[in-house]
Amino acid sequence: MGEKLSNQYNPQSLLNEIEEKFQMFQILNEKGEIVDKENEPNLSDEELVELMTRMVYTRILDQRSISLNRQGRLGFYAPTAGQEASQLASHFALEKEDWILPGYRDVPQIVFHGLPLWKAFLFSRGHFVGNQAPEGVNVLAPQIIIGAQYVQTAGVALGLKKRGTKNVAVTYTGDGGSSQGDFYEGINFAGAFKAPAIFFIQNNQYAISTPRELQTAGKTLAQKGISAGIPCVQVDGMDALAVYVATRDARERAIRGEGPTLIETVCYRYGPHTMSGDDPTRYRTAEIDNEWAAKDPIVRFRTYLEGKGLWSEAKEEEVIERAKEEIKEAIKKADETPKQTVTDLITNMYEELPVNLQEQYSIYKEKESR
Amino acid sequence: MAQMTMIQAITDALRCELKNDENVLIFGEDVGVNGGVFRATEGLQQEFGVDRVFDTPLAESGIGGLAIGLALTGYRPVPEIQFFGFVFEVMDSISGQLARMRYRSGGVYSAPVTIRSPFGGGVHTPEMHSDSLEGLMAQSPGLKVVIPSTPYDAKGLLISSIRDNDPVIFLEHLKLYRSFREEVPEESYTIPLGKADVKREGKDLSIFAYGLMVHESLKAAEELEKEGYSVEVVDLRTVQPLDIETIIASVEKTNRAIVVQEAQKQAGIAANVVAEITERAILSLEAPVLRVAAPDTVYPFPQAENVWLPNYKDVIETAKKVLTF
Repeated sequence: MGEKLSNQYNPQSLLNEIEEKFQMFQILNEKGEIVDKENEPNLSDEELVELMTRMVYTRILDQRSISLNRQGRLGFYAPTAGQEASQLASHFALEKEDWILPGYRDVPQIVFHGLPLWKAFLFSRGHFVGNQAPEGVNVLAPQIIIGAQYVQTAGVALGLKKRGTKNVAVTYTGDGGSSQGDFYEGINFAGAFKAPAIFFIQNNQYAISTPRELQTAGKTLAQKGISAGIPCVQVDGMDALAVYVATRDARERAIRGEGPTLIETVCYRYGPHTMSGDDPTRYRTAEIDNEWAAKDPIVRFRTYLEGKGLWSEAKEEEVIERAKEEIKEAIKKADETPKQTVTDLITNMYEELPVNLQEQYSIYKEKESR
Repeated sequence: MAQMTMIQAITDALRCELKNDENVLIFGEDVGVNGGVFRATEGLQQEFGVDRVFDTPLAESGIGGLAIGLALTGYRPVPEIQFFGFVFEVMDSISGQLARMRYRSGGVYSAPVTIRSPFGGGVHTPEMHSDSLEGLMAQSPGLKVVIPSTPYDAKGLLISSIRDNDPVIFLEHLKLYRSFREEVPEESYTIPLGKADVKREGKDLSIFAYGLMVHESLKAAEELEKEGYSVEVVDLRTVQPLDIETIIASVEKTNRAIVVQEAQKQAGIAANVVAEITERAILSLEAPVLRVAAPDTVYPFPQAENVWLPNYKDVIETAKKVLTF
């Protein structure tokens, strides 16, 4: 009795106790060694190779995207290098019918979910065709407003639950996003409705330039899930196995009707916030960069797979060549897409055009025919 | 036919649509057991179950996001924002997200969401409960903004709004909820969105109004008739998009017009109506088109409400300026 009371009446010690329990979940360490044998996932050799393939592919996609951006051939781009495990290993635990509500950096996940690469490039270029998800590919266009996708995810998940499907809605934001009101409203709504959602915070340490420590007094971002009464876990976001397992288990809980999970993946973006003028040297040192480079998700996964005899330099070279070839093809296809017109945009505003837009449609149709 | 107040007509419309389409869902703060703070959803949870009519946590942006997500999975959400002054909490979900769903996805997704919300002054609410914020909504391309002035219109317009495949903001004037009854058919019927209603025909002046101001304008028209003026009163019913055809036809007939709104004068719907008239019918005009509106202050505390809100006397005063120009 006395002990319980002292706990309740000592909020500081209660907080300390809770925060101490949030230890980062890791399976594969920086050296590529299994440090949590019990939780090592039972992925087949093919699956392990596929996951590695996707991470290598995405690293190349990032390099080519940056280069295309510099040549003025891409448009808006948010670099992904460093976040491959966080992005691709979480996606790897999903099923085809699951929904993804991405943030602007989460293009790789929606590409591997079925959005053709040439459309992803059109999204970057600001062409509406890039946002047209093909039939049966349940993805939204990358969200620009930080956190807005969180409240929508609660809604999609509730819809999936009402429909009685065995699917989940998955969303991503960053460390900065976890400070938004919509972040709390999203996890709280999903929790209250026991909706099958998985909420990711990809904690890449900086919201543009603002460091993680300035976002919150909390020791972890994962612990925010407690406030909504939902399971929450902090995962080594540079460890593909830990990210995969945390997502797989969250998905299973969701499908069993146990509601949403909040997953913080601790990771790093090597590049700038976006290619639109951000200079990370203003807020990060080379020392910090090097510290994180030593934790690289691809390097450690490569070591792990090589140890199993599943990966080789030749294999990696093959993936890189295929990625380059497909990127070239996708850019070509993006180039061939007809330019968008004002009448295209007008047409996409309403099912039936109201009178003001009908008039404007005629005006622009005439202009466009000149 | 039954005699109904506007709130009863709204409940009736919701019941019709819950019956008509199993994808219709109603949710918001206190809409379940409590039937809404104005009883708009009275008895609906009991009749249709907690799966279709349910309470949410208290967070407006969450309600907006929930509506968007449910729409993406094929539902037809009809959320309630408890008072429209709370819309500031859900501006991104409405203007940044809901309004853009069709556009952003290049037509792949739509958002058939109808957000119902009470607004309007004269009932001595605390702050942020009475503001007329339809102008804000009208500035978001992708939305339709509907404001009924009678029980009959409320039912038909709400059913049309729910069936519309684009998002509709459906604003219900607080003072009209129980101010009068009229005949409302018990069966389902629709009134097209974007169509104004000529409430009273006249030859000398057109008054364009919506919501509670329709009634102040009708009262003013009666008074003016005693002085020999024949005044036409047009209820806009949908303030975005405007029924330009009806507005212009009326002005071309009467050659004089005023626009009446309860909202502050700055920006807003009335300014938009004036602009449409001057762009399209300036040569028909015998006088400037004037506005009756509230002063450009924030919505006042209850003690100052009655002096602030426009009423039929203000309408008469402005009408005479235009009639005698």
